[in-house]
Amino acid sequence: MAKQTSDEKMRIIPGEAVGIVAAQSIGEPGTQMTMRTFHYAGVAEQVPTGLPRLIEIVDARRTPKKPMMDVSLDKDHAKDEKKASIVADEIEEITLVKISSIEEDFSKKLIHIKIDKRLLSDERLDIEEIRKKIKATGAERVELNGTVFTVKPKGDTLRSIRRVTNKIKELRLKGTKGISRSVVLKDKNELFVRTGGSNMIEVMNWPGVDSSRCYTNDIKEIEKVLGIEAARNAIIREVNQVLDMQNLDVDIRHIMLLADAMCMDGEVKSVGRHGLSGEKAGILARAAFEETIKHLITAAVKGEVDQLIGVTENIIIGQIVPLGTGLVNLKMKRLDKLIKAKSE
Amino acid sequence: MSKKPRPPEKVAVYVNGRLIGFHTNGIGLYRELRQKRRNGEINPEVNFGLNPKTKELHINTDSGRARRPYIIVENGKPKFTPELKEKLKKGEITWKDLVKMGVIEYLDAEESGEHMYLAISEKDLTNEHTHLDIDPLTITGITVSVLPFPEYNSSPRITMACAMSKQSLGLYTNNFQLRGDSRAHFLFYPQQPLVQTKPYKLLKFSERPAGQNFVVAITSYFGYNMGDAVVINKNAIDRALGRSAFYKTYETEERRYPGGQKDKFEIPNPTVGGYREEEMYRNLGEDGIIVPESEVKSKDVLVGKTSPPRFLEEISAFGLTEEKKRENSITAKSGEEGIVDSVMLTESPSGNKLVKVKVRSIKIPENGDKFASRHGQKGVVGLLAPQEDLPFTAQGIVPDLILNPHAIPSRMTAGHILEMIGGKAASLSGNLIDGSAFTGDKEEDIKKVLRNYGFEEYGKETLYDGVSGEQIETQIFMGVIYYQKLHHLVSNKMHVRSRGPVQLLTHQPTEGRAREGGLRFGEMERDCLIGYGAGLLLKERLLEESDKTVELVCNSCGSIAVHDHIKNRNYCPLCEGNELHEVEMSYAFKLLLDEIKAIGILPRLILKSKA
Repeated sequence: MAKQTSDEKMRIIPGEAVGIVAAQSIGEPGTQMTMRTFHYAGVAEQVPTGLPRLIEIVDARRTPKKPMMDVSLDKDHAKDEKKASIVADEIEEITLVKISSIEEDFSKKLIHIKIDKRLLSDERLDIEEIRKKIKATGAERVELNGTVFTVKPKGDTLRSIRRVTNKIKELRLKGTKGISRSVVLKDKNELFVRTGGSNMIEVMNWPGVDSSRCYTNDIKEIEKVLGIEAARNAIIREVNQVLDMQNLDVDIRHIMLLADAMCMDGEVKSVGRHGLSGEKAGILARAAFEETIKHLITAAVKGEVDQLIGVTENIIIGQIVPLGTGLVNLKMKRLDKLIKAKSE
Repeated sequence: MSKKPRPPEKVAVYVNGRLIGFHTNGIGLYRELRQKRRNGEINPEVNFGLNPKTKELHINTDSGRARRPYIIVENGKPKFTPELKEKLKKGEITWKDLVKMGVIEYLDAEESGEHMYLAISEKDLTNEHTHLDIDPLTITGITVSVLPFPEYNSSPRITMACAMSKQSLGLYTNNFQLRGDSRAHFLFYPQQPLVQTKPYKLLKFSERPAGQNFVVAITSYFGYNMGDAVVINKNAIDRALGRSAFYKTYETEERRYPGGQKDKFEIPNPTVGGYREEEMYRNLGEDGIIVPESEVKSKDVLVGKTSPPRFLEEISAFGLTEEKKRENSITAKSGEEGIVDSVMLTESPSGNKLVKVKVRSIKIPENGDKFASRHGQKGVVGLLAPQEDLPFTAQGIVPDLILNPHAIPSRMTAGHILEMIGGKAASLSGNLIDGSAFTGDKEEDIKKVLRNYGFEEYGKETLYDGVSGEQIETQIFMGVIYYQKLHHLVSNKMHVRSRGPVQLLTHQPTEGRAREGGLRFGEMERDCLIGYGAGLLLKERLLEESDKTVELVCNSCGSIAVHDHIKNRNYCPLCEGNELHEVEMSYAFKLLLDEIKAIGILPRLILKSKA
């Protein structure tokens, strides 16, 4: 055999069952994971890791259980701890309920808001500003007495009072929507902000933030903000991270194939009934997976034809599968024709 | 919302979970009720429990509460006095009297959890104690109580030992010869263990033992006891160690059918439909029932039986309905053979003639049979080694069983080790060792016995290699321990198939040993062949060796065509077209097509010649 170039060596042989091999290569360590740890006991658990997180990624859930961002800062802020912590504080969303205790007085149809003075100054908030914001939520009258607001809501049914209270509770005083917590952490040589909750667009536009180095673990959000290619890379990164954390060695190309399959239609699709498996080309392949009758009936209504291209279909009907050794065929040249052609 | 103030100590009273009223003094009511029970005014089976958190007093009289007896203690003095003990010994009073007298009471979980402060032994008693435990070993259940030295073992191993001791073979009942259990095992020469517990004696377990005392050495033996295998002395087996009998009872009755017809026990006439080879009926007596003590090979007929036809036959040429009977004998299961132990003839509940045939086979320990000690140490036989090849001591003692040392450290069954030296001490002194939980004989006592008889106190022995006769460099731990033969015998499990029966519906091989079935080549196994790219092997497994069929397919309408046997021609029942092709497919697929048709969809096959 001629000497192979490294490019030729890297090439995968035609008919290799890359999908099955990738599935087995991710699935086998996956079983190990379940047995070892579901989550770390005791220590306050941050983001789901291990199998639950893997399932979350593969199912392409709209929002992860614990969204989280790693926000890098620009040169100006990345070295200065004070400046960095200011950015972190500013990003964090502060709602009214966080700095106050809110009580409803249904008999007088009033809402009492008692602001914690210390928290107020800690967060560098202005009480007049708050008053204006409360007013905008649909209050008829807002009275300020020391640190206590008395709000008279519009309307006087119990329901409308409750509606105003809920609005007031969620009233954002500062920061970005969805960022419930933020801390400054130190990387090898620079500072960055880790947040609980995720809001990519707003955080990227925040002053002091290096918008080219912002990361969230919410894959759907990455897809929305940065596009499908970024989402693909995020899937690879997240899956790899989960496996790394458990010290499981899975070749990156298996994960890449998974991410490619999930993203190949231009949007992130889950692996399962509502995603990849539910959209296979062959009727029989789909019917063999889940919801057999539904697929058969819709196929019948549409008058579909199964071209028997896939592996599953051919196993069902009992033919050689178009893969591996089954892909190879003999073509015979008829000798008489060959002689005829030569003599002419 | 207005809050009504409630009296603070008001307690809700429930009987068997139903609210019956309130009481102002909960603890007082409890004390009064308890005193009444102790005085015999309330049935001793009733229990009370006051929950101070929920302020509920529960009175339980229902069934299903696990209860345990305790000695009542008042002012730091147990009510079970030495005088009562003396009376009890003389037989003047019984346990029941003690309960009646208010000396002993049974508490359920609810009452003992809330109102009991238990002293484990008499010397621990203080004024605060309310009850005294009868014996610390009462904390275990019956199954654990017969295990020796459980306090030296790790708890998972105890659980396993309990599960396994229920699978041990022994003398399960004294009248086993008269019984017709559908399957039963019986161990030859069962022995009582040398290390026993108090409950073991109380249960009179030694009258129906389930195991034998083995001389065990802990060492390796040419790799034949790797991974929880054990090596057993072949000569010991020949001396009937671990030998057992297996009884299987087959039964059948002469059933009556509507229309006055019934089955008949007889040697079937060769003209009967479904007649087997004459050889199969060779052991039957005149009455069609097999003769006791005759040898049975697999698939031999045990009871010859003929049944009336399933459907009414057509009227024969002579205008009479001819009796066309069908063969319906019961036969020994395939792979099961033995000797007919006994034949029982009785009447079934519906008044029919009933025959039970009990077949006995002797099960001599062989490779793959399962043995276990009483410490969750199970293993299968890996080798039956001839005695002359096994290591021996200077005195000529040869182990019956060789256990691998790797079985011990990770499992932490120190009780196993202790029982081994305990058994050894018992064999030397002739006195049984007490292995009761917490109160049994101590390690030091056992060692003392060993020392007294001139043995090494830790149970080690100098052994000599049976093959070369050379002394083995290291000393080897050896002792006597009670081993159980478990009812997982290879001969009842062994199963092979190359060709065999297929299912009616799918034409695929049957499942399970009883039906001589194949081993499933499942979805994940299939994935492996795909992953390897072995396309042709895959087809062979899933089609050629399973449910391959050749069906006729009509090229014009794409439906499955049929063969008309009478006119001997093929035709398509749908379109009368006759361009038919033979197509190789799996029968499961043909079945799928039929089922798709059944839900009202017409599937069509589009034919193409192979590339």
